[in-house]
Amino acid sequence: MLSFNILITVALGYVVLLFGVAFYAERRAAQGHTGWLRSSLIYTLSLSVYCTAWTFYGAVGYAARSGLEFLTIYLGPTLVMIGWWLILRKLVRIGRSQRITSIADLISSRFGKSNTLGVIVTVLAVIGTTPYIALQLQSVTLSFSVFAGDSGPWTAQDLSGTALWVAVGLAAFTVLFGTRTLDSNERHHGVVMAIAVEAIVKLFALVAVGVFVVWGIASGPTDILARIDASPIAEWQVNGGRWVGLTFLSAAAFLCLPRMFQVLVVENADEQHVATAGWAFPLYLAVMSLFVIPIAVVGLDLMPAGSNPDLFVLTLPLSQGANGLATLSFLGGFSSATSMVIVAALALATMVSNHVVMPLWLGLRPQGATVSGDVRRVVILARRISIAAVLALGWLYYRMSGGGTALAAIGLISFCGVAQVLPALLGGIFWRGATRFGAAGGLLTGFAVWAYALFLPSFGAGGVMSEALLAQGPFGIGWLRPQALFGIEGLDPVVHAVLWSMLLNTSVFCVGSVLSFPSPVERLQGAQIVNVFEHSSGPRGWSRGTPAAEDLLVMVQRILGSRQAQTVFEQEANRQELSGYLPEITPDFLERLERELAGSVGAATAHAMISQILGGAAVSVEDLIAVADETAQMMEYSSRLEAQSVELTRTARQLRDANDKLTALSIQKDGFLSQISHELRTPMTSIRSFSELLRDDDVSDVERQKFAGIMHDEAIRLTRLLDDLLDLSVLENGQVHLNLQDGNLRDIIDRALVASKQDASLKVVRAPDHERELLHTDLDRLGQVFINLVANAQKYCDADRPTLEIAVSRSEPDVFVDFIDNGTGIPRKHQAVIFEKFSRLSDQAAAGGAGLGLAICREIMERLGGSVTYLPGKGGAAFRVVLPRAQALAAQ
Amino acid sequence: MGRRVLLIEDEPNIIEAISFILSRDGWTVHTHSDGETAAARVRKDMPEVLILDVMLPGRSGFDILRELREDKVTNALPIMMLTARGQTKDRELAEKLGVTAFMTKPFSNKDVLSKVRALADA
Repeated sequence: MLSFNILITVALGYVVLLFGVAFYAERRAAQGHTGWLRSSLIYTLSLSVYCTAWTFYGAVGYAARSGLEFLTIYLGPTLVMIGWWLILRKLVRIGRSQRITSIADLISSRFGKSNTLGVIVTVLAVIGTTPYIALQLQSVTLSFSVFAGDSGPWTAQDLSGTALWVAVGLAAFTVLFGTRTLDSNERHHGVVMAIAVEAIVKLFALVAVGVFVVWGIASGPTDILARIDASPIAEWQVNGGRWVGLTFLSAAAFLCLPRMFQVLVVENADEQHVATAGWAFPLYLAVMSLFVIPIAVVGLDLMPAGSNPDLFVLTLPLSQGANGLATLSFLGGFSSATSMVIVAALALATMVSNHVVMPLWLGLRPQGATVSGDVRRVVILARRISIAAVLALGWLYYRMSGGGTALAAIGLISFCGVAQVLPALLGGIFWRGATRFGAAGGLLTGFAVWAYALFLPSFGAGGVMSEALLAQGPFGIGWLRPQALFGIEGLDPVVHAVLWSMLLNTSVFCVGSVLSFPSPVERLQGAQIVNVFEHSSGPRGWSRGTPAAEDLLVMVQRILGSRQAQTVFEQEANRQELSGYLPEITPDFLERLERELAGSVGAATAHAMISQILGGAAVSVEDLIAVADETAQMMEYSSRLEAQSVELTRTARQLRDANDKLTALSIQKDGFLSQISHELRTPMTSIRSFSELLRDDDVSDVERQKFAGIMHDEAIRLTRLLDDLLDLSVLENGQVHLNLQDGNLRDIIDRALVASKQDASLKVVRAPDHERELLHTDLDRLGQVFINLVANAQKYCDADRPTLEIAVSRSEPDVFVDFIDNGTGIPRKHQAVIFEKFSRLSDQAAAGGAGLGLAICREIMERLGGSVTYLPGKGGAAFRVVLPRAQALAAQ
Repeated sequence: MGRRVLLIEDEPNIIEAISFILSRDGWTVHTHSDGETAAARVRKDMPEVLILDVMLPGRSGFDILRELREDKVTNALPIMMLTARGQTKDRELAEKLGVTAFMTKPFSNKDVLSKVRALADA
């Protein structure tokens, strides 16, 4: 039997070694030699925190109890690494671009930086992980007890003191290497390096025990196969539901476990490492599982009935007197337990301090924290306290649970708890429609179902839940029995809990997301995260050398133009005494560049652009908001410009309209003069021609008489034309003097008929009774209008027996005098122009006027305060004179 | 039968004057007062000389001139435009359209007679 003291010494020595490795790694990293510390090999090995003491010891026990089913625990991660490495890559990219520090941080960031969600996930993770940490402490204690046993090596002893010391030691390690500095990227070189070393130790130990069992105890693989066939393991039936359920569970846990997220995403240095780990980590798992069955079979064969199969890895070598191997195996188990606890404590502490302690501390301070150094110290202190608290919780759980339950059961319960984050995680990174409300609802629902259906019953009947509750359900409601929800009975408790918790979780998440609306910040973050590959730069690493300089140049060229950009870069290169035009990217230079860019695109945009090129980091929400503000200002400015431009356009249009009007007036004037010229020339032509003829000798007296008559008529026509023109001109200029008198409408019509009636060819129809209307107006001018209208009827009415009806009607307060003849009237298309000057419709011969009559009538009626309009629809030509209203009223 | 001239004019007194002047000189004078049907009348009559007013009811003398010049039957017909619109731009337009002679109202009887004779003999 190995001395317990030697074992303690070995364990302590191993711990010192780990401290040394971690310290060495930190020192190299501090000197800037990250090199192989950050290789894909180290990354892959660090993933082995998945393999805890549960895997190291428990897998053999699991195999001894349930045959090949233990493989599901390896199958899940293998499937994720091989089949879902795209998800991993996306997670890694998001983790980098958003500077994600934990899974709680990711969920919180994705859903609009909601600290509520951060707290929910943190609490869930702490509750889910605490039993698991307890499990590790228990396994270490158990393994110690195996060696310390005076009362037989195969039963556990009360070595809780050991557990406490282990917890304290792990807390010290985690505090020392996990919170040495406050790196914004949350990378811990020392911790990762120590874990990698532990990964090798546990793999080596397990393989060594396996080789010893296969070739040392048994006589080679053939013998082992024969022993397997003979053992009860060969008879285990594969339970399909459990296989699918457990594989899913371990896959989900692989993504959601806080410690896995820490090593997979947060500690990841390069996206390419994910691709390597994609095949290397499944290989690691395969080797880890290779000897599980042989050890289990041989253990069942050789060890006395009733011995704990979870400890075969230790007890088998011991029973064969291979003390060295047993010690190695102990170190393997110790490594598995400690690496898990360290990383889990680190990850949980980050979550607890960031989402619980810091918000509380900031909230409790009277003023906001302004001194950065101050906050830094507080954050580190919060981390350290959190680490201690997490381990203390684990230890307490271990003490209170008494370490009775089989290891694998605690592991699965824990897995199921953390797996509740999966819907929010996957939904968050692939579905933009996912909202904070849905995520919180899904998480809480899943968590509640898990606690009710799996976690609380796991304490056993009479533990937290009464026997009656478990058997009959709360208040005797059968379908609410914790392990037979909704009447589904006969399922394995774990599968049952996974099924219901995930189903309800996902449903609530989806429905809640669809029914609620995301806030603006949520929307932005959602877009940033779901479309992370569009928003962030490729796997460029973090070097700030030439590539970044070139990228910067490309970007600056786009904004400043190629010449100016090259000048800026060349000047800087010259200043740095470098050849070429690519300078070293110094902070000074970056500031200068930012100022240059800010001149073109605004300060916030410039800052965002430079940090994106340099960090590969996505633009933060604050940056975006600042950009939006600037854009809004620019838009306001541009809309002001636009308004001014609209104003200018309007002015220009008004000017153009005025100009058009003037041009039109000018054309009208030209047209008018040309018309007058024509109207004057026509009678003059006749007069000149006939006057020449009168002087000729060979003209008879009859002809002379006739020619003289024509000349006389044309002279009168000429005079009348001139009179009309002058009259119109005076009326249009408003220089007319109105001679207002009292008079009777009937008298005016009488006089107009007398004045215009040169022959009796036109029959006039009147209703004199209606014409009794007292007027106070310029009676002569009104009479002139009537004369014109009667004359028009005489000239233009083309009926066989021309008749003119003069009708007076009233529509208070107006009085109408209508002149309606029985001819064909005026075609619709001409009705609009007849009041214009020179708008003669028929030929001059019939008209005998210059086409000014109606224009004059219109001017007169306007002067008098009434109107004259064409009255369509009366058969013949019809004109309505609306008598001047003011004068008509004044007369009454 | 004497030489034929067609007068397209809508002012009765001017028709009277020109008809008298030309008839006395031995011309057969046909007259037409409507612008719209004027071109058809020209093609039907085919006079030796055409006297064309501008301000006609229905259609402007310029349009009638353009149509006659585009028709190969009448494109060589001597046309004298006689108008009260004596502005330079009217004369230029008429010449552009291919008028043979352009005379403004009022005119001297002697000038009209000599111009018609010259056109007929050319």
